[in-house]
Amino acid sequence: MARITLNGVGKVYPGGTRAVGGVDLDVADGEFVVLVGPSGCGKSTLLRMIAGLETITEGTVSIGDRVVNDIEPAGRDIAMVFQNYALYPHMSVRQNLAYGLKNRRTPAAEIARRVDEAARMLELAPYLDRKPRQLSGGQRQRVAMGRAIVREPAAFLFDEPLSNLDAKLRGVMRWEIKTLQRRLATTAIYVTHDQVEAMTLGDRLVVLNGGRVEQIGTPLEVYRRPASVFVAGFIGSTPMNLVRSDVLPGLARPGTTVGIRPEDLVPSPDGALSMQVSGIEELGVSRLVHGVIGGERVSVVVPPDFQPSEPLRLSVRPGAMHLFDAATGLRREGS
Amino acid sequence: MVEDRPLLNLLAHLVLIVGVAVVAMPLWIAFVASTHGPNDFMSGVVPILPGPHLVENYSRMFSTGVSTSGMPPVGRMLLNSAIMALSISIGKIAISILSAFAIVYFRFPLRMLAFWVIFATLMLPVEVRIVPTYKVVADLGLLNTYAGLSIPLIASATATFLFRQLFLTMPDELTEAARIDGAGPMKFFRDILLPLSRTNIAALFVIMFIYGWNQYLWPLLVTTSSDKYTIVAGIKRMADVADAQPQWHLVMATAILAVLPPLLVVVLMQRLFVKGLVETEK
Repeated sequence: MARITLNGVGKVYPGGTRAVGGVDLDVADGEFVVLVGPSGCGKSTLLRMIAGLETITEGTVSIGDRVVNDIEPAGRDIAMVFQNYALYPHMSVRQNLAYGLKNRRTPAAEIARRVDEAARMLELAPYLDRKPRQLSGGQRQRVAMGRAIVREPAAFLFDEPLSNLDAKLRGVMRWEIKTLQRRLATTAIYVTHDQVEAMTLGDRLVVLNGGRVEQIGTPLEVYRRPASVFVAGFIGSTPMNLVRSDVLPGLARPGTTVGIRPEDLVPSPDGALSMQVSGIEELGVSRLVHGVIGGERVSVVVPPDFQPSEPLRLSVRPGAMHLFDAATGLRREGS
Repeated sequence: MVEDRPLLNLLAHLVLIVGVAVVAMPLWIAFVASTHGPNDFMSGVVPILPGPHLVENYSRMFSTGVSTSGMPPVGRMLLNSAIMALSISIGKIAISILSAFAIVYFRFPLRMLAFWVIFATLMLPVEVRIVPTYKVVADLGLLNTYAGLSIPLIASATATFLFRQLFLTMPDELTEAARIDGAGPMKFFRDILLPLSRTNIAALFVIMFIYGWNQYLWPLLVTTSSDKYTIVAGIKRMADVADAQPQWHLVMATAILAVLPPLLVVVLMQRLFVKGLVETEK
């Protein structure tokens, strides 16, 4: 167990392409930090630099008290869970779990104890002698986690570990990862492009875009006070509406983008906004009404049996407006 | 598409039967010839049924051989062929899997050049470089040795290329997981790459064993002493007698014996093939 510190970490590929730049991050001991962003934002590269699978071209990474820039992955005392699990196909589950320990010359009795314990924890005991191909996706995922757990490492690194599972199983495994991490109190860094996963799992989120950190904060901070237009549009299960300020009556502030979450727009007969409805998406628990206000595309969450009138009058929930500088995309204070 | 038309079925079977007959007939003739006496094949009428001399012909080949043409007994030649074919196939696999490992998993200067040089040798089969190779082997004093028989045939671009393609299909995450699990390069090779290449190794072994076993021109050149004759080259020497009729019944008995070991290898390895095909998943 250890804290992980990133100091101005960057990655420039030999061709001159910059993948990651100037990341400062302090992960506390036992904390669960999620790196989230769209594909190509550098989140995986950052994780792989922490793991030691990519060289670090700028800055330093420390795990515990050591700077690990020049230490091999095996020497960094971390364990990694890969997206495609990366189980050794020719080894049984037991051998898969034990391989890392065997390479570290752990005594056989200790290996057996840890493997059994991990298998019990992950309910893998009946499958210990099977080969990975005889397991279902969820079970393979568990083996991959087990391989990390038996090592009792300073930190877990997860690289989109749930992307290959179907939606239902993903929810279950998400919960399992969370409880397991709490129980073991091991520092964890988790990479995902799925903002729901990020919100539910992380103690803190690191939102990345184009190789740079957009915002670091707890899920609620990031959700309630997005630091930039990018974060505002990325976090939230239905993306935030981002409109020019002059669309909203009485709020003509030039050079300002206004963000309002779809659930913060309320249908009301005397609302100040008037929306041309263009379509309705049924979500079961609610409906998502798409439309146009003043030439800007907007969506609104309404109750499931609500039938929108044409045009639909809307009011904004008080204090639910986020103001951003249109030029820089950064949050304006006082919003 | 499932069709059941009797006429078509009949036709298909007929074509197949003709095909089988064309392939099997020479083997049958060879077998029949090996069971007849010395003169039955000289008359010009080829018998179609086995004769009474089977045991006699084969036991003669195993005990004395055709001493008139300076041939050792068949056992010795079979042994020589086996040694040669095994050294070639095992040597080829060992060398090519290691060079493919180096080319795929290590960054070293001129890596791609090394690969293309290996690849270019595909264009140089034994026959093309046979004279310079003979010179080299002769200068090294390897004529009439097992080393001389097998070493020049060991380096193999085909197998290197095959293993390279196989290694390229291995997911990178597997390598990375092994690195995190603390496996060094050779440990990774031994614990992960080698077991995962098992079925490919088996397939290559069969192909290379047959390739080595069937070598004809090269053994004919480098072996002049009869205790190093291989069986395939031996058959040629046996049939090639001066001022006499070739003893076809004995030549054919030898030919049949020469066919058996590769056949055995194929039959035995077949099971590993099928197993490999069934459980292929990476």
